[in-house]
Amino acid sequence: MRKVNQKGWFFVLPVLILVAFNALVPMMTVVNYSVQETFGDNVFFWQGLDWFQQILRSERFHAALGRQFLFTAMILAIEVPLGVIIALSMPRKGFWVPVCLVTMALPMLIPWNVVGAMWNIFTLPDIGLLGYLMNHTLGIDYNMTQDPVAAWITVIVMDVWHWTSLVVLLCYAGLVSIPDAYYQAAKIDGASNWSVFRYIQLPKMKQVLTIAVLLRFMDSFNIYTEPFVLTGGGPGNSTTLLSIDLVKIALGQFDLGPAAAMSLIYFAITLFVSWLFYTLMTRNDAK
Amino acid sequence: MALELQAITKRVGQVTHIKETTLVLEPGRFNVLLGETGSGKTSLIKAMAGLDRVASGRILMDGKDVTGMSPQKRNISLVHQFFVNYPHMTVFDNIASPLRVAGLAKSEIQGRVEAAADVLQLRPMLHRRPHELSGGQQQRTALARAIAKESTAVFLDEPLANLDYKLREELRDQLPDLFAGRGAVVVYATSEPAEALMLGGRTALMQDGRVTQFGPTAEIFRNPNTLTSAKVFSDPPINSAPVTKKGDRMELGHGVGWALTGAAAGLKDGAYTVAIRPNYISPVRTDRAHVPMTGTVQITELSGSESTAHFRMGAETWVSLAPGVHPYRVGEDREFFMDPAQCFYFAPDGAFVA
Repeated sequence: MRKVNQKGWFFVLPVLILVAFNALVPMMTVVNYSVQETFGDNVFFWQGLDWFQQILRSERFHAALGRQFLFTAMILAIEVPLGVIIALSMPRKGFWVPVCLVTMALPMLIPWNVVGAMWNIFTLPDIGLLGYLMNHTLGIDYNMTQDPVAAWITVIVMDVWHWTSLVVLLCYAGLVSIPDAYYQAAKIDGASNWSVFRYIQLPKMKQVLTIAVLLRFMDSFNIYTEPFVLTGGGPGNSTTLLSIDLVKIALGQFDLGPAAAMSLIYFAITLFVSWLFYTLMTRNDAK
Repeated sequence: MALELQAITKRVGQVTHIKETTLVLEPGRFNVLLGETGSGKTSLIKAMAGLDRVASGRILMDGKDVTGMSPQKRNISLVHQFFVNYPHMTVFDNIASPLRVAGLAKSEIQGRVEAAADVLQLRPMLHRRPHELSGGQQQRTALARAIAKESTAVFLDEPLANLDYKLREELRDQLPDLFAGRGAVVVYATSEPAEALMLGGRTALMQDGRVTQFGPTAEIFRNPNTLTSAKVFSDPPINSAPVTKKGDRMELGHGVGWALTGAAAGLKDGAYTVAIRPNYISPVRTDRAHVPMTGTVQITELSGSESTAHFRMGAETWVSLAPGVHPYRVGEDREFFMDPAQCFYFAPDGAFVA
């Protein structure tokens, strides 16, 4: 029999330990909670898949999931095209390049809860700059603490303000890596601006764009801090996204079992949609 | 159907990229731009293609002034050192793209693309994408696009520089035939003197944004008009050193001198610069008229069929390139023999005198 060198295991051990402690162990704790019931004192009762069934049948979960998908869809539909357009209109060389880059990077440097607090104050109807301007100067009825539509618009605009830069910076990096020769070839062929975008810039940006879409999907799908600070999920439940609902169940009601089951379902959905995006966006590359 | 440059100059900011240049490039044979990196070859091509504006002067194509015209209207093609193809189009669509923009009929496009693909042996690859092709095939696709377009002028900017040497030689041999009989002005930029000689046609030597000499390739290789031209068109670099003419003799110093014959004998006494190509300095004496020079061997290189030696004599380093394998030892003093009949003489200002 051929002797197999088993030394390789030794080399993957550090990664294994690292992954175990930052992913596997916490995750298994959640799995542990999701199949048991506890009334404190570290006493557990076996519950099987009851919590999963309960969550999957719960209308509250369906509503939160629906809001979550709507939110993420709107975020992607706005931020991706907007990011591409901004990246395309940024200068490629000269004095304005660093100015644009720093301006773009600024929103991303602000801590998430500060972003939520900033927009909260900014949009309050009586004291906020925007809220006051809309209600008292322009005479538009705008109150995100009472009107669900206004709350949604505010949450979306806040996220666009905070995260479009990520798409911009990634796309810009893709754009500046295109050699001048391509633009010259297009000029000689007499290609229109649209053709240059469709046949040179878009294909060359595709890889970074895939990353941008994936990151924006995952971040917006798992978003918590900013909308929580801004609206607290309200008015009513109108802006209660999945993660906000999850925290309410886990820490508000202290229903650890259902919260754990919901976490796992939440994680599975995120993973599945990410896989779907990635597969769809890269399916032509392998051939 | 010529491409004429009338006293054009090009500046970017304060920097002059092309100094006043006048050239008439004709169709039918290759027009080679030969010069080192940074000598202005690409700048000149971009000006001719209309990608960059000229600061002054006129560009005529076919007798028509195209100075301010966009590249699209000039009906030209440009093949780069990098393989530039539209990444998400098939080879067919890549070759067809300029024809589609020009609004040609479908059957006409089909015919032209297939004809160009046949010439460049791309038939089996027509439905592949550029990233599925080798470097040579990608560059052939770019060449096929130029041919299918039937441009008035084709600019090839070091098109072979990124290919490995086998492909390079293969494609270089094919290039003159590819464009023969198409009536286009073909401009080929290269930094390799050997490539200019192999492609033939006419060569323009470039140095510091200026064309120093232009004419049939073999002729300007044999008769450089200035020391600069001689240096540009020589690989390995031409040897040059100050000499003094006294009576009928040329003195190099270090006890080396030779009797002058022909035109050089008629020069006035005084200081000159001698230049001689490395292949006329040999480690063996084949003729009594060859002049012995003793130097210290410093660097040696052996290629399969030739031996190169750099040797130092006084302050100057000389290069000898001889056929065959010669066993040099670094550090040894040995004799080399220079053929005085192959020397060029230049005046102190660099102009060719004999």
